[in-house]
Amino acid sequence: MKLTNLLALTAIALTGVSSSSAVAEDLTLCWASWDPANALVELSKDYEAKSGNTMHFEFVPWPNFADRMLNELNSGGKLCDLLIGDSQWVGGAAENGQYIKLNDFFEKEGISMDDFIPATVVGYAEWPKNTPNYWALPAYADVVGWTYRKDWFSRPELQKEFKAKYGYDLGVPSSLAHLKDIAQFFQNRKIDGKTVYGAAIYTERGSEGITMGVTNVLYNYGFEYQNPKKPYDMSGFVNSAGAVKGLEYYKDLYNTGTPPGSSDWYMSEDIDAYKSGQVAMQMNFAFVWPGMNADSNVGGDRTGYFANPPGPAGQFAQLGGQGISVVANTEHKDAALAYIKWFAQPEIQKRWTAMGGASALRAVVEDPAFPDKQPYNRAFLDSMAIVKDFWAEPSYAELLLAMQDRVHKYVIAGQGTAQEALDGLLKDWIQTFEDEGKL
Amino acid sequence: MSNFSVTTPSKRQKWVAGILVTLYALITLMPLVWIIMTGFKSSADSIAYPPKVIFSPSLEGYVNLFTSQTRLTSEQVATTPPPATWYDKLVRSHQMVIVGPSRFGQRFLNSVIIGFGSTFLSVSLGTLAAYAFSRFKVPIKEDLLFFILSTRMMPPIAAAIPIFLMFRELGLSDTKLGMILLYTGVNLSLAVWLLKGFIDEIPFEYEEAALIDGYTRFQAFYKVVLPQAATGIASTAIFCLIFAWNEYAFAVLLTSGNAQTAPPFIPTIIGFGGLDWPAVAAGTTIFLLPIMIFTILLRKHLLRGITFGAVRK
Amino acid sequence: MSSSPMECAAKVTPRPLANSIRGLSDRGIAWLFVAPTIFLLLAINIFPLIWTIYLSFTNFRANRIGREVKFIGLRNYERILSDPDIWQTMQATAHFLLWTLFFQVLIGFTLAWLINRKFKGNDMWTTIIVLPMMLSPAVVGNFWKFLYHPQTGLFNYVVQFFTGVDSSSFSMIGDVSLAPWAIVIVDTWMWTPFVMLICLAGLRSIPDYLYEAASVDRASKWRQFWTITIPMVLPFLMLAVLFRGIENFKMFDLVVQLTGGGPGSITELTSINLKREAFEKWRTGYASAYAVILFVTVFGLASIYVKALNKVKER
Repeated sequence: MKLTNLLALTAIALTGVSSSSAVAEDLTLCWASWDPANALVELSKDYEAKSGNTMHFEFVPWPNFADRMLNELNSGGKLCDLLIGDSQWVGGAAENGQYIKLNDFFEKEGISMDDFIPATVVGYAEWPKNTPNYWALPAYADVVGWTYRKDWFSRPELQKEFKAKYGYDLGVPSSLAHLKDIAQFFQNRKIDGKTVYGAAIYTERGSEGITMGVTNVLYNYGFEYQNPKKPYDMSGFVNSAGAVKGLEYYKDLYNTGTPPGSSDWYMSEDIDAYKSGQVAMQMNFAFVWPGMNADSNVGGDRTGYFANPPGPAGQFAQLGGQGISVVANTEHKDAALAYIKWFAQPEIQKRWTAMGGASALRAVVEDPAFPDKQPYNRAFLDSMAIVKDFWAEPSYAELLLAMQDRVHKYVIAGQGTAQEALDGLLKDWIQTFEDEGKL
Repeated sequence: MSNFSVTTPSKRQKWVAGILVTLYALITLMPLVWIIMTGFKSSADSIAYPPKVIFSPSLEGYVNLFTSQTRLTSEQVATTPPPATWYDKLVRSHQMVIVGPSRFGQRFLNSVIIGFGSTFLSVSLGTLAAYAFSRFKVPIKEDLLFFILSTRMMPPIAAAIPIFLMFRELGLSDTKLGMILLYTGVNLSLAVWLLKGFIDEIPFEYEEAALIDGYTRFQAFYKVVLPQAATGIASTAIFCLIFAWNEYAFAVLLTSGNAQTAPPFIPTIIGFGGLDWPAVAAGTTIFLLPIMIFTILLRKHLLRGITFGAVRK
Repeated sequence: MSSSPMECAAKVTPRPLANSIRGLSDRGIAWLFVAPTIFLLLAINIFPLIWTIYLSFTNFRANRIGREVKFIGLRNYERILSDPDIWQTMQATAHFLLWTLFFQVLIGFTLAWLINRKFKGNDMWTTIIVLPMMLSPAVVGNFWKFLYHPQTGLFNYVVQFFTGVDSSSFSMIGDVSLAPWAIVIVDTWMWTPFVMLICLAGLRSIPDYLYEAASVDRASKWRQFWTITIPMVLPFLMLAVLFRGIENFKMFDLVVQLTGGGPGSITELTSINLKREAFEKWRTGYASAYAVILFVTVFGLASIYVKALNKVKER
């Protein structure tokens, strides 16, 4: 320690500058390993050139991301200086002092949270929610939406057959009920000599997959996390009659409209199924859309995009995406903050979206030219307008694991009824909040 | 020779046994061959239906394993220089470009350092302790040995809870030193147990003769006992190495970017938007191959060690 | 650090230590040699065990560093033992344990018996059969997931080839009824060779004269098998079962990579469940109590078993 301090001092003395930013530093940024992360590597070259610092990256695949990174934070590791952590971690990281609070920094640098899409500020940056306490800068706006095979949907013979069978036109589904009809229509159909299936949906057990999928249906059928008027009052909201219907819907969709063996699927598996032409529709986070559009098999005109369709109780979509935070353990706090400052600049945010990222800056997405820039931009904006997120409580992992367990048992393993599953979930969640002292 | 012995099986018996065992061995081998083959397939061939047995080999998996890549946007295609090497060309044919080496090399190196480091420590400490247990009267020896072994009954996840906390306090989380010490601690009980057996087999008379010749205890130990125990030490070393090489539970919980070994890393190899099975297979092959070759080359020692360790009591 | 065990050693040594190590007494050498091992075992094995027992009586959470740690007596234990989900994981573990042991003993012994026919090339085939057990279970589990893939996986394809069952009509790790067998199959593939090797050692330890004497008595081959082979191999076989039993009770890496405990919690073995409690929910105190219960269970079962084993050996 002493030696490094000494060296640092000497370095500062030699360059004759007292600001620490003059010393080239090594920064490590941790994120999930997926397409946007690669785009960020490219984007960051600009920061490296301007600051003289070197960026290192540690990317972990989604199924292991939460496990690895929460373990990293909890073990007091020093691997990450910057962490683009999942939206639900913010509560725990804030309360356990694992992220640096950014309010003073934002004020000093003139970064205003009003410039970002409100849902992303609440979702990625705030803890407690809806209070101006910021622990992250919205970095990547993401939401669950759907892709569909436009080329298949527009085949006259299929359109005719569909209309005859269901009484309405085959097209972008206007409700979840229609979505299921379409999935069932394509299930086991022969298209160009290949058997295809309805939809690829989230069913993964190990991390957060099935929860991120089923909530899209639950919200729209009337599921609520808690009484809007009384926090942590969950009885009758988590297991409401509508929520039960929604869970039954998801199971029915899984049983009658998804490829065989899709019992443990998340983002990558859904991408694979869609790209290889196995399915007519794909549920996935919007981050996959640029990749779909560019794909040689299914890209271009062959694919269309739509926001999660409404259900009986409204239209919502599961929020994804992350904010970028400074890890409290870092030894390069100033350089890390300087990175965020650089990243928040409007021109960088614009380039970020252009390179395959997804800026949450209003100046970028509210640009009148934005909706038509890419074929999926409209669906993205529609989706971002209806987002809802999972618990972001400090005990989020426990709450999530309980939901993974209860839902997977019912939907995939077929054990018990939907009512039992949600009643069980309610019991688990009450237990968790009791342990927390919040109930 | 002993054709008349009743215990020698007949020719027909031998044939039937040979065929059945060969059949089983081939079934055993099939998944392994499939792994190696998949490493040389293209992505499309790896998930083809029906599975492809004959395919045109491709090094895509290996290139993807060792490089990290990014997709080219249409503007970038125009500005990037044409591919220079064969692997550049291969990657470029999928509209991708190599941006640097992947993490696989580093993870593999970690496995080597931690594997050999902990093996060296367990075997050297283990030999000393085994010698002492074998030759001297150590108080509570029997209890100690039994206790040492019983610690192996603890599920690794259970043991990992306090070790996680301990490493956090000591700053050993995600360090190679921490993993070397941990694996040494885990291996040591088995090492002492095995080595004691090997040293027990060396007649005490050799050392006695050496001592009478004026050797000190130490000299007797390293000039007489060590050479005699060499094969035993070697087979113990193989066991320690295989354990450390293959270990997953501790590694996944206690390491991250700096000291992570290959087993927790390989299952997390995913391609660019979608699973890249050829790359996973390539990583698996590179990781498993040393052990397979090891097993075949050192089969005599290994097989002896397994039966010896288990059967001795 | 290493000076403290040295001091320990010095204290126990009655005679004063000579100036140089050369002159160490036998006892001194003994302690000097044993000390590092004991130290490391204390640090890595014993101390953590004691810490775990302590934690099991608290509500400690490793991810809440600032929070007050309360002593809550036996509450963790009560909660675990009354939790139906934990009993379900115990059942899953028992299913896995019993069936893997059954298949491994059956196939392992048969193979050993066949190999002991000493046909030409038996060495080479033995080595090949042994290969799987040398490999990393996590890496193998990950790859078997690929082999089990419906439609495109090798396993499903082979099943289709031999039975005609459509390969996309079943999913070994996705179907509730098949997943418990999926993990049994892989474990059997991996660890049958271990049982085989131990049995082989047993078979080879049987002196020829026993069979010769039996032949003189005109005992049939069948009778010889039951009165000589089986009883002589039994202690070996029981040992193999003990080792495999302990290992599979602890099973984590292979199954977590293969099924992750799913579908639902059908293949959630105790170690996987424990990992969720300890390192995903971060209920450290609760998980510690769970760990203690598991340790006591293995230790208790193993002790009873060893007693039985010793009886068999005495016969």
